[in-house]
Amino acid sequence: MTFSKSVPLIASALALLGLFASGAWAQKSAIEAIEEYRAMMQDGNPAELFEAKGEDIWKTPRGPKKVSLAQCDLGKGPGVVKGVFVELPRYFADTQRMQDLESRLVSCMETLQGFNAAEIAKTPFGKGEQINVTALATWIAAESKGQKFNLPQAHAQEKVFYEVGKRLFFQRAGAHDFACASCHGTDGKRIRLQDLPNLTKNPGDGVGFAAWPAYRVSNGQMWGMQQRLNDCYRQQRFPYPGFGSDATVALGVYLGVNGKGAVSVAPALKR
Amino acid sequence: MADPMRIRAQAAAGKATVRVLMAHEMESGQRKDPAGKTIPAWFIQDVTASHNGKQVFSAEWGPAVAKNPFLQFVVKGAKAGDKIVVNWKDNRGDSRTDEATVS
Repeated sequence: MTFSKSVPLIASALALLGLFASGAWAQKSAIEAIEEYRAMMQDGNPAELFEAKGEDIWKTPRGPKKVSLAQCDLGKGPGVVKGVFVELPRYFADTQRMQDLESRLVSCMETLQGFNAAEIAKTPFGKGEQINVTALATWIAAESKGQKFNLPQAHAQEKVFYEVGKRLFFQRAGAHDFACASCHGTDGKRIRLQDLPNLTKNPGDGVGFAAWPAYRVSNGQMWGMQQRLNDCYRQQRFPYPGFGSDATVALGVYLGVNGKGAVSVAPALKR
Repeated sequence: MADPMRIRAQAAAGKATVRVLMAHEMESGQRKDPAGKTIPAWFIQDVTASHNGKQVFSAEWGPAVAKNPFLQFVVKGAKAGDKIVVNWKDNRGDSRTDEATVS
């Protein structure tokens, strides 16, 4: 008997039915049908499995030094996890760098646990320690679910990164003469059936920056913001900026500051 | 060892709705790796659930079930405080048992 299979199958069948029934005359109802499908899937969001894994990894002594991440400072003091997600990326005095959640986690793994940060940054997404970084980010994001984004802009570097992120967002280059703004610069755009949020302003609660990390149903993978941004660049036919690179952090600052006041729903569920 | 399941069980009007998320690759055996070699099938074969020690659910699954499966079923007569135990076994002989209390 395939009981579990039938649940998502029925859900997608219903969503498709909605599409056929109404898709011919109104684009909005197609989007509504997809929303309905997402709402049905939300009940069993597998991101929860990664949350549980991330919490476990946070508390388990690991690495060459055999210590846990309990003393990791994510911006609100050592060990504070609640509420940090909606205030990242930010400037960290100890590393003298702008860092987002994932790059900060990796530097904690280096300083506290003795991992090699450069090696983790080089590891492809979804392999080795990167799996653990994504799981940690998923759990930490979940601990701030429902809170409003409020990235700090007090430090000079934080302002610089906002400006850099803005320029990167609009910079056209590559084989397709593409920029982030080509898809995410105006309202009401979509690619195939996916809505593309306008990220030059606050796109609303739980959209864009406020939705990642997210579980992608189509490939069964958990993606953090770093992978999302790097893959955006791949789609634009750019080379990967790299894990935790200043370019991706700057874009994060730009998106995060623009999304000020938006409610975080991460970890979300994507198609 | 396999990652833990997430089990939630909520009682309402003389029955409990049990929702289970299982962490499993559920490889279908149809896919090929970058080298062109078939990735061997690896999936959950047997699922059982018991309510206060008495089996109330059993299923035989195949490779067509999705990755990280979600399972939902209703247990008649279950009330808050009861214990629900879910177990799965895959075709490699690996298994996992987790329990939850009905709330």
